[in-house]
Amino acid sequence: MTIAPSTMRILSSLLEARTGQCLSEGRHWRVEMALNPILKKRGIEDCNALAASLAAPDARRLSDETVEALLNNETYFFRDHDAFADLPRVFEAIAANRKGRKTLRIWSAGCSTGQEIYSVAMQLRDDERRWRDWSIELLGTDISQSVIDRAKRADFSQFEIQRGLAAGHMLRWFENSDGRWQARDTLRDMVHFRRHNVLDVPPPGQFDVILCRNVMLYFPGINRAKALANLARALAPDGALMLGAGETVLGYSDRFEILPGVRSLYRLAAAEPPQILRVAAAGS
Amino acid sequence: MGASFVKKCLVVDDSKVIRKVACHMLETLDFSVVEADHGGEALERLKTDIPDVVLLDWNMPVMDGMEFLDAMKALALETRPKVIFCTTENDVDHIRRAMAAGADEYIMKPFDRETLQSKIEIVQAGAVNGQSA
Repeated sequence: MTIAPSTMRILSSLLEARTGQCLSEGRHWRVEMALNPILKKRGIEDCNALAASLAAPDARRLSDETVEALLNNETYFFRDHDAFADLPRVFEAIAANRKGRKTLRIWSAGCSTGQEIYSVAMQLRDDERRWRDWSIELLGTDISQSVIDRAKRADFSQFEIQRGLAAGHMLRWFENSDGRWQARDTLRDMVHFRRHNVLDVPPPGQFDVILCRNVMLYFPGINRAKALANLARALAPDGALMLGAGETVLGYSDRFEILPGVRSLYRLAAAEPPQILRVAAAGS
Repeated sequence: MGASFVKKCLVVDDSKVIRKVACHMLETLDFSVVEADHGGEALERLKTDIPDVVLLDWNMPVMDGMEFLDAMKALALETRPKVIFCTTENDVDHIRRAMAAGADEYIMKPFDRETLQSKIEIVQAGAVNGQSA
């Protein structure tokens, strides 16, 4: 089946209006595959017919399902091992700045089905003695309610559980039942999840580490800038932002600078002097 | 062990199809691949050329995966390859037995290239039983 350009425009507009994401040409190949379950379930002939149905006045549920299906929820445990290997040093550096206040807040923005934030949780529990008397808050957010529900359940297929996860972690933190792997309560209880779009006002308070990986790449430039501005607002002054391996702040935000010596990590750029000082300096 | 040091993998499986699929994945991950269709043949290969990683099936004729691990220990190799057990067995007891017998990682069939790549990254990083070495 050929997806008509007009269909692609309708789907693209819908996705952008609801999520801020764009359906770039690079994502067109997966549209039919992503929508196929909806076509089958609803007996709709093809994607072009689906796009036509979206115009009906009572199509809210169909459009919700369509948006959910178009989102790419690809994720796995410890995705990019090298980047994760740097995180304990980052936690340690932030902890060293805390004088008497033993709290650590970590936010996985665009957490999908939870593998990323559960990886952080396992990493912290690996060093249990170090963090024993710390209050650690782990938050996962995503725009998709269905993936948030799955993340809360922390119930993974055999295929999902072994993607990126060491066997030792799997045995320690998950229980196998009929081929499904469910996180133990001790791990699940460490993490909270809620629905949130990174383009909206960030969750309250400041976070010491924010992971927003493989999210920006779906946004048009203007929304990348908006998301990065939100993340800058949510990041503690001495905190760190982790982006995906192929993502950058360059061209979208001057609020961040690369954290030297570690991959994919950024810190807030030193605050610029107030305008009046810059003018004075230029004139001197 | 850095990524650039792991370049050779020995795939031990009595299924020609599994070997072919695994070899293809490994080649796309820049490994040179040697094959063996049972533990005995794999052991002979180890005596002449030690790979960086062994992808090891559990159930095989002549010498199975567990017997291979015991035999490999007895060889007292100067450099021990990392072993990723690769089987259809998915119950916890099997996995614990494999790890206790000396496997560095465990991968359940079927798996895709990204999963295999992640398991190789884990053994390369020296993460054993979920702890960094």
